[in-house]
Amino acid sequence: MAGYFEPRPEGGAAIALDEVEISILRSLSTQLLELIGPDRTRGQEDPLDALFVEGPSEPPEDPALARLFPDAYGDPERGPDEESRRLSAEFRRFTEGDLRARKREDLLAVVHGLDAAASAAAGEGGGAPAVLTLRSAQSQQWLGALNDLRLAIATRLGITDEDSTEKLFDLPDGDPDKPMVMAYFWLGGLQESLIETLLP
Amino acid sequence: MGGVSAIPMEVEHTETEQAPSEVPAPDVPWVTVVHNDPVNLMSYVTYVFQAYFGYPKDKAKKLMLDVHHKGRAVVSQGTREEMERDVQAMHGYGLWATLQQDR
Repeated sequence: MAGYFEPRPEGGAAIALDEVEISILRSLSTQLLELIGPDRTRGQEDPLDALFVEGPSEPPEDPALARLFPDAYGDPERGPDEESRRLSAEFRRFTEGDLRARKREDLLAVVHGLDAAASAAAGEGGGAPAVLTLRSAQSQQWLGALNDLRLAIATRLGITDEDSTEKLFDLPDGDPDKPMVMAYFWLGGLQESLIETLLP
Repeated sequence: MGGVSAIPMEVEHTETEQAPSEVPAPDVPWVTVVHNDPVNLMSYVTYVFQAYFGYPKDKAKKLMLDVHHKGRAVVSQGTREEMERDVQAMHGYGLWATLQQDR
């Protein structure tokens, strides 16, 4: 696993991914899509009704989702008081739906991009690695999705501060968390290389 | 940005259940605060400050380092509506942000 994003001369980015890498990225993305859940505005016959579907007012119970959709009010060090809880609930009701939609679209762009690259490579035959090319707008979506994946995985791995990140390096090979830890660092490298292609 | 500000809607939806309780002093600005977390890459945080706020690289990097070393940094200030928009955008990028009145 050594492929990283590289800038394309005409703009955007490209990366060569082998089958294993594609399958890991795809599986992580679809898992997070499932966790984020379906679009609640779907099935509204009137598009105007869909506009007024309210989001939740409570933070998600799942810790990974709670990290992706945090409270907008309240001092994290002191914890929320009654007033900030009320304001956060209000904010959440009118924003979380949009936020979930954006994150869903970013992850779907990843899945579709991977599928297109994989089927193009299969068409060429010979087991050559798939080459994924991103236009600039797609790079933004990939960047968001890679970050969301890392945030979700970090919550699962219990990464709460720099020390807990350091400890991951010492994890023995047999540890059940090892594959997820390796995926976490790999995604970090992918994200870092993608950012470099976006900087002027 | 197509972000939905909670403010006008809030009045519409809550006036029956809640009296318009607190009207903050209008001339006290609100601020968007970004909090440190161990996951977001330094390069990513810098990139977000450049891309979303349009800050020059030096300023974006300084703010990122403030977040990293001091645990938090004020990244923008303005009206409550503007700060709600900024906080929503930061959450969209996966940064941990809150808004508060700058007292």
